[in-house]
Amino acid sequence: MLLIRCPFCEEDRPEVEFRYAGEAHIARPSDPAGESDGAWADFLYLRTNPKGWHAERWHHVHGCGRFLNAVRHTVTDRIAATYKPGEARPDPGRPDGEANR
Amino acid sequence: MRFSFPVLVGKALGGHRTWPRQWRDPEPKPTYDVIIVGAGGHGLATAYYLAKEHGIRNVAVLEKGWLGGGNTGRNTTIIRSNYLCEESEALYEHAMKLWDGLSHELNYNVMYSPRGVMMLAHNEHDVRVTKRHVHANRLAGIDNEWLDPAEAKAFCPILNVDPRLRYPVLGAALQRRGGVARHDAVAWGYARGADSLGVDIIQNCEVTGISRNFAGRVTGVETTRGPISARRVGIVAAGHTSVLMAMAGVRMPLESFPLQALVSEPVKPVMPCVVMSNSVHAYMSQSDKGELVIGAGTDAYTSYSQTGGLHIARHTLEAITELFPVTRRLRMLRSWGGIVDVTPDRSPIIGATPVPGLYVNCGWGTGGFKATPGSGHVFAATIARDEPHPVAAPFTLERFTTGRLIDEAAAAAVSH
Amino acid sequence: MTRERLPATEEPFRLASGGRIDRTGRITFSFDGNVYYGRPGDTLASALLANGVHLVGRSFKYHRPRGILSAGSEESNALVTVRRDWRRATPNLRATEVEIYEGLAAESQNRWPSLERDAASINDRVSGLFPAGFYYKTFMGPKSLGRAGRATWKRLYEPAIRRMAGLGRAPIDADPDRYASRYAHCDVLVIGAGPAGLAAALAAAEAGASVILADEQAEPGGSLLSETHVRIDGAPAWDWLAATLQRLSSFDRVRVLPRTTVFGAYPDRMLGLVERISDHLAAPDANVPRERLWQVRAREIVLASGTIERPLVFPDNDRPGIMLAESVATYLHRYAVIAGTHAVVVAASDDAYAVAADLVGHGVRVERIVDVRETAGRAARDLVEAAGIGVTSGAVVLGTRGRRRVSAVDVAHAEARSESIACDVVLMSAGRQPTLHLFSQLRGRLAWQEDRQALMPVAAIDHVHLAGAVAVAGGTIGAALESGFNAGETAARTTGASAALPRVPLADADPPAWLETAPAPRAVRVARGRAFVDFQNDVTTKDIRIATHEGFRSIEHVKRYTTTGMATDQGKTSNVNALGVVAGALDVDIAALGHTTFRPPFTPVSFGALAGECRNQLFDPVRLTPIDPSARARGAVFEAVGQWQRARYYPRVGEDMRTAVDRECRAVRASVGIFDGSTLGKIEVAGPGAAEFLDRIYVNNLVNLTVGRCRYAVMLSEAGYVMDDGIVARLARDRFHVTTTTGGAAGVLAHMEDYLQTEFTDLQCWLTSVTEQWGVIAVQGPKAREVLAPLVEDVDLSVSALPHMALAEGRILDVPMRLFRVSFTGELGYEVNVPAGHARAVWDEILKRAEALDGAPYGTEAMHVLRAEKGYVIVGQESDGTVTPADLGLPTGAAKRDFVGKRSLSRPDMVKPGRPELVGLECMDGGGPLEEGLQLTQIPDPPAGTPASGYVTSSYYSATLDRPIALALVSGGRARIGDTVFAPMPKGARQVRIVAPVFYDPKGGRLHV
Repeated sequence: MLLIRCPFCEEDRPEVEFRYAGEAHIARPSDPAGESDGAWADFLYLRTNPKGWHAERWHHVHGCGRFLNAVRHTVTDRIAATYKPGEARPDPGRPDGEANR
Repeated sequence: MRFSFPVLVGKALGGHRTWPRQWRDPEPKPTYDVIIVGAGGHGLATAYYLAKEHGIRNVAVLEKGWLGGGNTGRNTTIIRSNYLCEESEALYEHAMKLWDGLSHELNYNVMYSPRGVMMLAHNEHDVRVTKRHVHANRLAGIDNEWLDPAEAKAFCPILNVDPRLRYPVLGAALQRRGGVARHDAVAWGYARGADSLGVDIIQNCEVTGISRNFAGRVTGVETTRGPISARRVGIVAAGHTSVLMAMAGVRMPLESFPLQALVSEPVKPVMPCVVMSNSVHAYMSQSDKGELVIGAGTDAYTSYSQTGGLHIARHTLEAITELFPVTRRLRMLRSWGGIVDVTPDRSPIIGATPVPGLYVNCGWGTGGFKATPGSGHVFAATIARDEPHPVAAPFTLERFTTGRLIDEAAAAAVSH
Repeated sequence: MTRERLPATEEPFRLASGGRIDRTGRITFSFDGNVYYGRPGDTLASALLANGVHLVGRSFKYHRPRGILSAGSEESNALVTVRRDWRRATPNLRATEVEIYEGLAAESQNRWPSLERDAASINDRVSGLFPAGFYYKTFMGPKSLGRAGRATWKRLYEPAIRRMAGLGRAPIDADPDRYASRYAHCDVLVIGAGPAGLAAALAAAEAGASVILADEQAEPGGSLLSETHVRIDGAPAWDWLAATLQRLSSFDRVRVLPRTTVFGAYPDRMLGLVERISDHLAAPDANVPRERLWQVRAREIVLASGTIERPLVFPDNDRPGIMLAESVATYLHRYAVIAGTHAVVVAASDDAYAVAADLVGHGVRVERIVDVRETAGRAARDLVEAAGIGVTSGAVVLGTRGRRRVSAVDVAHAEARSESIACDVVLMSAGRQPTLHLFSQLRGRLAWQEDRQALMPVAAIDHVHLAGAVAVAGGTIGAALESGFNAGETAARTTGASAALPRVPLADADPPAWLETAPAPRAVRVARGRAFVDFQNDVTTKDIRIATHEGFRSIEHVKRYTTTGMATDQGKTSNVNALGVVAGALDVDIAALGHTTFRPPFTPVSFGALAGECRNQLFDPVRLTPIDPSARARGAVFEAVGQWQRARYYPRVGEDMRTAVDRECRAVRASVGIFDGSTLGKIEVAGPGAAEFLDRIYVNNLVNLTVGRCRYAVMLSEAGYVMDDGIVARLARDRFHVTTTTGGAAGVLAHMEDYLQTEFTDLQCWLTSVTEQWGVIAVQGPKAREVLAPLVEDVDLSVSALPHMALAEGRILDVPMRLFRVSFTGELGYEVNVPAGHARAVWDEILKRAEALDGAPYGTEAMHVLRAEKGYVIVGQESDGTVTPADLGLPTGAAKRDFVGKRSLSRPDMVKPGRPELVGLECMDGGGPLEEGLQLTQIPDPPAGTPASGYVTSSYYSATLDRPIALALVSGGRARIGDTVFAPMPKGARQVRIVAPVFYDPKGGRLHV
């Protein structure tokens, strides 16, 4: 079971306290009416789904209730960093998926 | 060479020294008419039908590992066609009809066993949704009948229908033609069949790039064993689709999740059919080897690790031991995971892509094994004719843009 | 046939002294009905061997007689069923792990009618018909017979195959035992309590770390338990063991867990352990759990899991009496049992030489050491020469003899083409494979090392320390102690423990290291008989060669095709040998083959232990409303809605559901009904940006909602589908009370938080879930005002002061109240919200008033009917996640600039004609209510595959109207009002007319009184 460091609680907490909330940094268009059907579908559904470092969101639903971001390697499941929404995505760890910490 | 009992006896007398190879291990040719990327059940079936039904034999199936080593070798082997949406009904029924004669078609015993699939209902919402399935299936000509708890128990004697359970069984829908098959045999049977028709199955050959010409049309692939050219390339690689499609510059509406499964130690027959419960996340059958085969839900986060948390296995075994109390003293022998590609509506994507000459067959989520023969069959037709097979036609990539989702999970998931 | 008999001689193969068994005790146990004596401390295997019993099972496919192969959890042959009582029968237990207790009754498996005479042993004679993968090549049924041919697979072959499959039988009744579970955190988890593990635990504990030490055996000690030569710190090894355990138990921060298998490693160093608590007890206390699952989060892990010895692969290497050499030594030293009186040692490593010398020292005749290598190490040769044991080197084993017990080994060597050496026990030793399953599960990579003839770690992994034989196969006890001690110290220091340590324990009189091992078998000359690689699944070298010959060339393919390594031992004694045989068949290096992945569990774990206490009512939390006790006192019948229990109807004496529901509905429309709505989700939305936020997240216009007013609001997903609905009530300019459906509450809150925290960050708005803070009593019906008026304080209930969809805050029965004038029934209605702690008392009072006015409580069933009469949708019933608000005839927010889901609504398939639309249905055939979920078609008898025009979403008998009513979604339904459609049933179709989706008071006059 993953341990996720909530940047608000400042503690490592087990995965079951959180709900996975998908890929991060997918901003809702500021003018949805101006988006074509294709662009809108891209926003709704297209995902990078990489085999590698992935910026994603977690919701600390059984904890502080905040949404947070994480950079996790999807092959090793190592979490390199967690950060607050609005902060810049940190550099990931090593290319082989092992964390630097 | 045909497999049969007399042949088996003949070979036995010869000490089994002269069985021919079930498939060759050819070097890749520089060019083919069609390249299929992914030698799982769906990919191998596609190649088989390209050769068998469309006369297209100059085909290569490229596999980065060993054939059948992906989800085909990791699933819980459930076969059924009792889906809700008309498009899905057509697709899985198409597969069902092919399952029926598959061992004979391939001259390979895939051990297709239509022992019945029972879907349990545990609350009024479940009952409503399940009955809707039953009515829809009847209209579609798919066998699915409603059973009350006593009838469900008669069909599966070890099922616990005690009304005092936390979530008691209120009834079930039974598809008698549903059942299981031996997953490895499906891959091997199609591989042997395709190979005998001239298809090259090339293992240990990883696609590292998809080549296109100035007009954007596919011209072939780059691999760890060199470039191979082809005018038509079909991507059929569950758990790797986003990576491959990205090589052609196409982003996909896919997320890949771990899906865990486990087996018990083998015991004498005790489970006559397949039982599935979406409400309490328990899916169980018994293989011909005697192992109870149990499927869990997906882990919560996207991953290609093919592993997951213990809490997932625990969660499903809590449900299994409640529904089948005699299993509590049995033991988990082995657990493993696969990678399932999930689309926004949990229905597959089959057909053309924005890149001319590039076709994709993906997004089967947790339900790909049952579709194997049908998927290969319609995908082959789609590639051969460069136009969708009618059964595959609704499952386009475009449906996400126009809003014509084929959502199987929505009905079951929403409770009020 | 088995029959009871008294033992003729007690334990004829037990030595007069030695061993760790308790000679003061005597245990009577039975195996296949035969009674034997054993000692406390015996396993079933050691006790049977003490009694000279070697035949304990039959192999899976060929039903060959099988004996005990090993002394540990790697056992592949000796599988038994232990039957404690008629409800506690456990199949597939390894006799080498079953601890005997007084009265233990064990049975062999997979044989009929008896172990001695198994009818299915005929399979062995026709084994040629059953090579690997034979079932793929036949059993398909004659193709010429078409469907009938295929039926022979289903009706004839498959049932026969299934009956032959499986080993033990599942219990026939529910398990009465309890299983517990715990979580634990520790600084250092030490896996394995042999010399390395004990030293590691000691060092870590002395350094100040918290330690959990787990070992799968009943006693900690590992290889020390059968070590009678070595001295540690000047004392016999067993003395050091006892002293170390004593020292460890003196630390509060150390927990020693014997009988505990670390079965799996999971992300971020969470490990699964299963502790066996009561299976070894003669009379376990019913309150004690049988097993306990531990989920341990360890900061550092010391893996001291030792090694597993490899069998040799030679023809007929599977007979009872052919055993692993180290295991024979274990039986000798730990259990004081000799496995036979005249032994042959088949050696491919020096280890076996020491065992041979030991046997001679205890009075066993060792006829010969048959070494398949050209020569053994110097020390080994000297040792056996001193013991007077003959050695034949460079030998080839041609086969063995003996049906139910080995009687001879046939060898070929330089001096003889074939020599038969009589014996009653054969020891085999072909080197050791370190037990690295957990290392692999922790994502450590393994690779074949030719010089070690074993799979070894490629590189170290963070936080995991290997210690002892698992790291240096074949090392000495002294080396194990030192490496363990260092590993424990390093692990502890990493966690910050900093106390000073004593010095490393020192061993002397240590046997020298035996490192020379023959290569894993690549080519085995099989003139006759079969050479077994996987004993349990009867996989021979021939099977593996057939597989590679047929094109199965990866080790995973070979494994799946031949089933080698897939039995209950998961290849512990066969995987490496299989690699060797495959490499030989393909003529490649073993290293090139890779290896199959290690998966949890290390040894099988019972479902019960994994499910733990989650049984019956503990399976899932039960959510009850504060009014629940009153409803139950009334005899309400409940239904599960998610985790909630909701009162479905309140039958009076003699009423069935239909009668009760009809009565409840009539009561609501004629006088008044009282309904517990406490399960609905409630969210308090507050802040200067609250109105704007709600406006952005719901379809409806909420920014202009007047203070003191409520509005029905629809929530969409961003993809435009109806997701939830509820009432938004404006308490103040910056404070709203929002309701959701019962099942949607958590999802709606998460959806709102998501947008608020990560999209609409410009808004100052806060959300608080108050679902459980408020009890909700709905009072619905023409007499509703009459019921409430005397009870409420300082709230004017007149229609002018509190019109439909208005709200008021005040008190009821001296308790704070939020009063919403809303109706889900179409009658004059209020929802009384009071703090949950007061809800039951308020309910009781309101109900008393209501019943005095001919009112009644009503449940969810009546609620469904009443709302359907008005055409009010229920999210999840009229919608299924695929319909838009326009489909349901709900507001579409067309005038609003943007809200969540709006953009998606204008996608082509979301607006095209023919979409499903909410309509009503009337039965034209005088029958009862339609079944929900029925499909609707144009013609009564459509051909299979005809697309449906729609389906029935809700259907009830309406007591109000005295006829059935239904709601449905029909393609382009609104334009088809008045049309006739059909609902095909198995025995003919129902005929229905499409009508407007409202059956009662269409203008809504009854709402506005």
